[in-house]
Amino acid sequence: MSDVLLLAIDTSTSAITVALHDGSSVLAEATTLGARGHAEHLAPGIRTVLDRAGVTPTDVTHVAVGLGPGPFTGLRVGIVTARTFALAVGARVHGLCSLDVLAHQGVVSGAVSGGELLVATDARRKEVYWSRYAVEPAQPGGIRRIGDPTVSRPADLDADVVALPTVGRGPQLYPDVWTAGILSPGELRSAPVLPGSSEGFGLIDVSAAALAELVIQRLAAGDPVDEHEPFYLRRPDAVPSASSAIARSALG
Amino acid sequence: MTDGPLVLGIETSCDETGVGIVRGQTLLVDAVASSVDEHARFGGVVPEVASRAHLEAMVPTIERACREAGVRLQDLDAIAVTAGPGLAGALLVGVASAKSLALALGTPLYGVNHLASHVAVDVVEHGPLPEPTMALLVSGGHSSLLLVPDVTRDIRSLGSTLDDAAGEAFDKVARVLGLPFPGGPFIDRAARDGNRIAIDFPRGLTSGKDRQHHEFDFSFSGLKTAVARWVQLREQAGEAVPVNDVAASFQEAVVDVLTRKAVRACAANGVDDLLLGGGVAANSRLRALAQERCDVAGIRLRVPRPGLCTDNGAMVAALGAQLVDRGRTPSRLDLPTDSSMPVQQVQA
Ligand SMILES: Nc1ncnc2c1ncn2[C@@H]1O[C@H](COP(=O)(O)OP(=O)(O)OP(=O)(O)O)[C@@H](O)[C@H]1O
Repeated sequence: MSDVLLLAIDTSTSAITVALHDGSSVLAEATTLGARGHAEHLAPGIRTVLDRAGVTPTDVTHVAVGLGPGPFTGLRVGIVTARTFALAVGARVHGLCSLDVLAHQGVVSGAVSGGELLVATDARRKEVYWSRYAVEPAQPGGIRRIGDPTVSRPADLDADVVALPTVGRGPQLYPDVWTAGILSPGELRSAPVLPGSSEGFGLIDVSAAALAELVIQRLAAGDPVDEHEPFYLRRPDAVPSASSAIARSALG
Repeated sequence: MTDGPLVLGIETSCDETGVGIVRGQTLLVDAVASSVDEHARFGGVVPEVASRAHLEAMVPTIERACREAGVRLQDLDAIAVTAGPGLAGALLVGVASAKSLALALGTPLYGVNHLASHVAVDVVEHGPLPEPTMALLVSGGHSSLLLVPDVTRDIRSLGSTLDDAAGEAFDKVARVLGLPFPGGPFIDRAARDGNRIAIDFPRGLTSGKDRQHHEFDFSFSGLKTAVARWVQLREQAGEAVPVNDVAASFQEAVVDVLTRKAVRACAANGVDDLLLGGGVAANSRLRALAQERCDVAGIRLRVPRPGLCTDNGAMVAALGAQLVDRGRTPSRLDLPTDSSMPVQQVQA
C-alpha cells in the first residue's frame, strides 16, 4: 500500500505500545511495560515514534487500535487516544481484537507454525480473556479466530483447549492449569515479535508493531477493519460511588 | 470581545462529558453529554457506567462543540482538561483525549483543577473576577469556602464539609422522600409549595464549640439523619409525610448555613465579592437567600447561570484561557490524573 502512514496503539495488556508503519514496514516502535500509568506513557510514546520516524501528526493517514479485551481503564485510554488523534488529523480509525494481535505474534515469531493456538490474557479477578485460533498461512496475519473472545476462570477451560500452544500472560499466571508448558517461559519472553523488530518482548504482551502489521495485511486483503467498540465482555459493577446506606437504614 | 486565545476545555470528572470552547472571555459553545439517566436507577453515579459513557460520548461531543461554534480544531490555541479531583477512570478518558488533541494539533495542554474551573467559569458571564473573590462551591461532591486571590494560581481553602457534600445531602434526602435522582432539582421544586419554617431541622457546626473550631466548615450528615428520622417517625405513626414542608425545611437548613458562613467569611477576610458555583448553586432558594444576605452586608453576589454551575467543559476552557492570558506554564504530555487533587493546586 502506498501513501500510508499508520499509527498503531494498544493498551489492553501491561504493555503501553505504539508503532508507526508505512504500509511496507514498521518505521518506529515505543513500548513501556508496566500495568500502571497508561495515561501517562501513551501520549509521550506517540510523540517518540513520530520523532523517531521524522514525521508530523498530520502525516498520519490511519490510526489502528487494539479494542481489548483487557482491563477497562487502560483500554479506554488507548481507544479514546486513537479516536481523538484520528479526528484531529483527519485519519481513519481501525479497531481490532487485541487477542488477534497476540495470535499473530505467536505465528510470526515462529513459536507456532500449524494447527491451532490459544491466546489467554490476564482478565484479573482470577479470570482470563481467551480465544482459539486456527493457524492458516493464507489468512491475513496467518490466523483465523474460532469463536468470540470470552472471559472465564482458567479451571473452567476444556482440557484440550488448555493443551494448545498458548500465548499471552495466562499460562504464567495459572501454571497449575497450563501444566503442559508447550512454550517455555523463556520462549514466551524472548521470542522476537517481528522479524527486524527492535523490541523483543515476546508473546506475553501485545506489540503495536504486530498490531500495525496485522491491520496492514487485513486492509490489503480487503477487510475494512472497521470495528470500533471495546471488548468489555463484562457488565459494569453497579455500585454507586456515594452510598445512600445511612438514609435507607434510618428509614428501616 | 473577539480577541483572546481560542481554548477548548474537556471535563469528565463525574457523569458529564463536557466540551466547551471560549475565545478569551467569550463563551462560544458549551456541549454536554450526560449519563445521569443511566445512573438514576442505582441512586448514585456508578463509576464504570460513567467511564463507558465518557468513551462513547467523547469524540462526538468534541465534534458537536466545534460544529456549533464554527471552530476548526486546527484553529485552537490551547487545550485544557480537568485533571482532578473526580472519579479516576472517568478523569482518564478526558485527559487521554485532551493529550491526544494537544499532541496531534501541536497546541499547549493545561491540566486543571475541577474546583478552580467552577470558580473561573463566571468570567464568561460577568467579566473578570475581582481579586480577591470569595467562592462558595457546592455540588454533589464538594462543599467548600474558598478565598481566591488569583484563580490561575492562588486558591485558599477556608473550610469544607466534614462529611456529606451539600448536593449529596439533597440527593439522600430526596431518596428518603421518594423523589428521583439526582434529588436537588426535585427538592427545589417540592420546596416551592412547602413551608420552610414548618420543621426546625438542625444547622450543623453553627453553635458553641463547633462553631469556634469549624467556623467555615460544614456538616450535613446530622441534618440528613434528622430528616430521615423525622420521616420515619411520621410513617410509623401512620401519618402522611408532608413532602413539600419537609423539602422546604430541609432546604432552608442547608441554605441558611451555607449563606451565613459565606457572608461571614467575606466579612472576616475583607472581601466584597461572593461567587456561587457547583450544581447546588442552581438552587433557587440558595440564590435568593444569598442575594438577600449579601445586600444587607454590602457584598456583590455573582452566580453563573445554572447550566454553567453544573459540571461542563466551558468552565475548563474558561480557566484555560485565563492560564494562557497570564502566561502560566503548560502541562507536560505525561500529565497524570489526580482523583483527590487538593483545591489549592490550580494546575496539575
Ligand atoms: N436546584 C438544585 N437544588 C439543590 N441541589 C441541586 C439543584 N440542582 C442540582 N443540584 C445538585 O447538584 C449536584 C450536582 O452538581 P454538579 O453538576 O456540580 O455535579 P457533581 O458531580 O456533584 O460536581 P462536582 O464534581 O463538582 O462535585 C447534585 O447533587 C444535585 O442534586
